[in-house]
Amino acid sequence: MSYRVLKQPIGLKITIYLFATIWVIIAAFPFLWTAWGSFKVELDFFSIADWTYAITGERTKIEHNSAFTSAGYKGAWIKESFYKNVFNTFIICFFVVCTSLTIGTLGGYALSRSNYRYTFILLITALIFRAMPPITLVAGYMLPFFHWNVWGIMPTTIIVLVAINQPFTLWMLHSFFQNIPKELDESAKVDGCTQFQAFRHVIIPVMWPGVITTGLFSFLLAYNDFAVTAMLLSEDNRTMVPQVAAFLGTTYTEGNIMFAVASVVSATIPLFILVMFFQRQIVSGLTAGAVKG
Amino acid sequence: MKHRVFFWFFLPTGLAMFFFIAMPIISVVSQSIFTPHEAVLKTVKNCDPFGCKEVISIDHEATENLRQEQPFGRFVGLGIYFDRGHLAINEIAGAWSMSDSWTVFFSKLGNLPFYRAMTFTLTFTFVVTPMVIGLGLLIALTVNALHAKIRGLVIFFSLLPFVITPLIGALVLFWMIDSRGILGGALQWLLSDPNLSLKASTGLMWTSLIIYGIWHAAPFAFVIFYAGLQTLPMDQIEAAEIDGATRLQRIRYVVIPHLMPLVTFVALIQLMDNFRVFEPIVGFNAAAHATSLSWFIYNDLGGETRQLSSASASSVLTIVGVAILLIPVLLRTWRDFKSKV
Repeated sequence: MSYRVLKQPIGLKITIYLFATIWVIIAAFPFLWTAWGSFKVELDFFSIADWTYAITGERTKIEHNSAFTSAGYKGAWIKESFYKNVFNTFIICFFVVCTSLTIGTLGGYALSRSNYRYTFILLITALIFRAMPPITLVAGYMLPFFHWNVWGIMPTTIIVLVAINQPFTLWMLHSFFQNIPKELDESAKVDGCTQFQAFRHVIIPVMWPGVITTGLFSFLLAYNDFAVTAMLLSEDNRTMVPQVAAFLGTTYTEGNIMFAVASVVSATIPLFILVMFFQRQIVSGLTAGAVKG
Repeated sequence: MKHRVFFWFFLPTGLAMFFFIAMPIISVVSQSIFTPHEAVLKTVKNCDPFGCKEVISIDHEATENLRQEQPFGRFVGLGIYFDRGHLAINEIAGAWSMSDSWTVFFSKLGNLPFYRAMTFTLTFTFVVTPMVIGLGLLIALTVNALHAKIRGLVIFFSLLPFVITPLIGALVLFWMIDSRGILGGALQWLLSDPNLSLKASTGLMWTSLIIYGIWHAAPFAFVIFYAGLQTLPMDQIEAAEIDGATRLQRIRYVVIPHLMPLVTFVALIQLMDNFRVFEPIVGFNAAAHATSLSWFIYNDLGGETRQLSSASASSVLTIVGVAILLIPVLLRTWRDFKSKV
């Protein structure tokens, strides 16, 4: 794209680059700092004596003969079995993404190909559901789940997360499907396909970009959830995020906080990789709803 | 699409939403007007050589029977809504008649847990939302003016605070702002106050939470506005330039009107998301200084004593709050739909 008209005077150019640099530092530095600090001992990362200790690791050198230590990671992953929580997280995310995409594509497709008043009412209801903080529903789950004895297990949490994600998934897929021309499945129907066959053979092959993007956001919603997973999972089935909170809550012993730091860094890595590979999809997903209005 | 076909396509997602969103709402409402039965007490005469004493004890059988007969519990109507932990009608009336000025009244209001949570939630929502829009716009304009080759890199780093798990993002910032962290230390040095600490200062805590909110959500606004800038009508900008508009005027009169629908969209999403602010309060360990409505519910639900009735009443009040927040948007969408049909 040509920006002939936006030719910048040098002063403005400097300001722009300066501001961009500052913003990148604000956005990224906290992660870098925490990742660096996770290889130190607590008295370095939270240094009362001198803040430069967090960089040089003076105390770490005294305690571990080296400026870096993996004590935090060892403690979290081995002593506190953080790998179990990681495993649980990925099980839950996998099933949430698969289920919510399967039922979401069907529903989103139907909504995009129908123009009655109830379509609109369903979409608005979904918007209202999307606006409700998930924690407001948790009080409603507790009694029935205790009663049926399904509290604390992973399948329950998966179904709840799928349901809570549905409004968002529906809206997103709805706007993606609206971009796929209606003539495509209509001509298939003229050729004698049923609606489902048209969906199966004509729409599914062209819908993947939208589905992948929506899947990414479903994954993020499940991965990042704290309110539901913290309240509905028993201690053995905990995912990463409630476990991090549990590290903080346990009675204070030195080094325990470094378990939390190490597990926070561990939980950030998958997200980092996700953004690295799917930056384009995330951006297109965010704008999909917006540009439609 | 035919009604019948639509029904079958929509059925799975409809069932999921019905059983796990609509039904829980009903169950939350019903829980908020019932409260668990109190134990049935009975008086037993205990006689020993020194005389007879009347002892009050719990009649387990009768309690169990009562629970079987009325599984919902004891009907209390709106009692829970009006108690001290929620809308606190009596306390408000008392504070109103006792206070001679608004400041006294509001400070008394601040001592009631529900109003305390509501004050912070509303402050957070209405401070963070406009700041996010402003900062997002600024970043979008900046990145759009950068050399095309480094834009991708800037977007990559910008996305990190947004995709990060809210609790983890809050912790990462909290550890830096903590009095022993790098930012907290810098702040102590700048203000030359060695005792300055996040844990001791309500003002600092509120500010940090709001800064976290902006840091977390600004990338979202940025990406939306940046995408909007890519569809900017270049001929209009050129026309404005030929007419002698300065850079600022071009932004003010061409770019911003072009982005206006996106601003509405970001504002809507941000109002919904900021109203549910919850994780940062857990991450910052801020409950002593700031609580939000979501945290208030979480606090009732957690722990040994799960206070379901109280949590349900708070949930219903929160849902009402969300509804009030959404009414203008819903009315507008409804009118748009009507005009389209």
